[in-house]
Amino acid sequence: MIKALIIKELLAVLRDKKSRISILIPPLVQLAIFAFAATLDVKNVPIGVLNRDSGKEAFELVQRFRGSPFFNRIVHLRGVEEIVPFIENQKGVMVVSIDEEFSRRLNRSQPAIVQLILDGRKSNTAQIVAGYTSQIVRQFNVDYKIPEQNAALISRNWFNPNLIYVWYNIPCLVAVLSMLTCLVVTTQSVARERELGTFDQLLVSPLLPWQIVLGKIIPGIIVGMVEGTIMLLFGIFLFQVPFTGSFLYFFISLLIFVSAMSGVGLFISSLSRTQQQAMLGTFVFMMPAVLLSGFATPIENMPKILQPVTYLIPLRYMLVISKGLFLKQIPLSLVLERLGPLIVIGIVNIVGATLFFKRRME
Amino acid sequence: MEKSRGGFLRLRGLIRKESREIVRDPSSILISVLLPLLLLFLYGYGVSLDINHLSIGLVLEDTSPDAISFTKALTDSPYLEVKIARDRREMERKILEGSIRGFVVVPSYFSQFRYREDVIAPLQVIADGSEPNTANFVLNYTEGAFQNWLTQEAISSDLRGFPLVQISPRYWYNEELKSRFFLLSGALAIIMTLIGTLLTGLVVAREWERGTMESLLATPVTRLELILGKVIPYFVLGMLSMVLCVVISVFVFSLPLRGSLFYLFGVAAIFLFAALSIGLFISTFAKNQVIASQIAIIVGFMPAYILSGFLFEILSMPLPIRLLTYLMPARYFVQSLQTLFLVGNVHELLLQNVLYMLFFGLFFFSLTYINTKKRLV
Repeated sequence: MIKALIIKELLAVLRDKKSRISILIPPLVQLAIFAFAATLDVKNVPIGVLNRDSGKEAFELVQRFRGSPFFNRIVHLRGVEEIVPFIENQKGVMVVSIDEEFSRRLNRSQPAIVQLILDGRKSNTAQIVAGYTSQIVRQFNVDYKIPEQNAALISRNWFNPNLIYVWYNIPCLVAVLSMLTCLVVTTQSVARERELGTFDQLLVSPLLPWQIVLGKIIPGIIVGMVEGTIMLLFGIFLFQVPFTGSFLYFFISLLIFVSAMSGVGLFISSLSRTQQQAMLGTFVFMMPAVLLSGFATPIENMPKILQPVTYLIPLRYMLVISKGLFLKQIPLSLVLERLGPLIVIGIVNIVGATLFFKRRME
Repeated sequence: MEKSRGGFLRLRGLIRKESREIVRDPSSILISVLLPLLLLFLYGYGVSLDINHLSIGLVLEDTSPDAISFTKALTDSPYLEVKIARDRREMERKILEGSIRGFVVVPSYFSQFRYREDVIAPLQVIADGSEPNTANFVLNYTEGAFQNWLTQEAISSDLRGFPLVQISPRYWYNEELKSRFFLLSGALAIIMTLIGTLLTGLVVAREWERGTMESLLATPVTRLELILGKVIPYFVLGMLSMVLCVVISVFVFSLPLRGSLFYLFGVAAIFLFAALSIGLFISTFAKNQVIASQIAIIVGFMPAYILSGFLFEILSMPLPIRLLTYLMPARYFVQSLQTLFLVGNVHELLLQNVLYMLFFGLFFFSLTYINTKKRLV
């Protein structure tokens, strides 16, 4: 009988073309746009240069900015008065200002200062641009005078040597988007029945509360797993993100994650009376869940008091597992450490929703 | 005269009906009061791009005075939290589980090499590339600490190899580099989009779904009245929400407001008009709540979040997506808000943004107008 319920639920989701499209297409569109657009990378930024020095050293330094792959366009400003409108109207993120003493001081072996004016409206971009500039200037120093310091910093990036942002985005998006689809399917299914009044029919059927719960969460789990798999394949074959870990661990983790998420979805839908409320409820849950998961901004940047709250967010664990299995080839012990909390969250939500249905039946 | 008076009465009736529906449905209160509060709290207080305590490791294979003075330069950096170890393997484990974001190795031959002419003494930095943005900061901050160390060493040994060109960065408008100052503007754009596009989209789609839109069209209400009757209550709701958000941002999160209030609410009103028109258009087109909300998320919410440039730098996106952002009213709104809050009344920039938003508003409003007529025929 429970099999019949699951089949009915799956049919309800996949029966008509419109809802099939609305479940399958949006996550893929999101994957495509997110993967390319959601980047904290900084490149191709236009900058302004105000060079008031006529010496060849200053010219040489400006040339180095021109040659850098980070800056795509260099606008030459003619005077100090042009700096304010340039930055104000966001014609560029930074103005490099070289004063008239620059070459003269260098030739006398005195330190010369290059001033950078950065747009604090974009403090992240501005800081990274300042970082690039300091690299350029350091190289200039090295080439200009033979270094007598005799020490060098050599940097390497593990797991993602060229810091390709898509390599970070795809593993995260696989988790975020399978969570989204799974939530939408689960919350809508109960809410729709309640809005149409068929939920009461379900309650008077000979099914036990746990069977109804199972029937309601399994379609969400199946859809979430399928969506997760499609996106995993997209990530590996289309976006060429390396997958270094074990597929078995990945699918086990994904299964536990989407089960926990459909438990959450069921909980949301047990609180809402209409489809609209369920949709908005999903939204209100999604926003903080994604924001605090560590996807857009790292958890360690959050205030210390808020950090414990993130332990309640299932996505947090799945992000670490997904990134770890894609890029870092993490061992089973690290996967299990993250799965424990996920299982607890899933059980709490599913039991909570079961109790709710039980109360409605009595 | 008589005719326009009747129109006014009908419009008033419609607005009253719609307002009652808003007040009666807890979900619209949820989205216009509770969600803004939650989002402002998260963006103002929780989410931050300011990296103040970057955990890194330091492997000291060498314990010479040179290595110790470098260690001091590293631990003195206000941005770094340094964990010291003797063995590389310990750090390898930590970087794998993500408890540190990178580590610096001072090799055993560091001080030996430093006093030889033929070789350069290397220090190795390894960053966790699975978080590219953080990895960039690991490199930047260790680089900064390394440069400081070199300068200090140069001073203590009579300016030997003193770096000649130095840079002095100044961050305008946001001297302390608080990322919440620009994140809050983005949060406002998201809230306005949610109210404008998602909520309105759902409401109108519900009327179509239940068939009550057809009955409304059968009454003497004109098309314009019908659309205005839907738009005005949500417009008021959105503006109230905006007032709430601005008050909280300025007084609780001490976001400076350097432009004028008049411009701020003017820009918000125009953006809201654009967002509402898009919401109306989607719902008239989709006529189904689930589909309307899916489309609203794709064309309204997602762009407000990703393509508006408040978190992710538009300049760094690939060309097709960069072109796409020009079609997103949220892009112009975020830029205007950031400018009004942090810079002031920059007329050229604001005017340009307002014109774009106005264009999108009018475009979708007219499309809805035409589309509503078609249903009647």
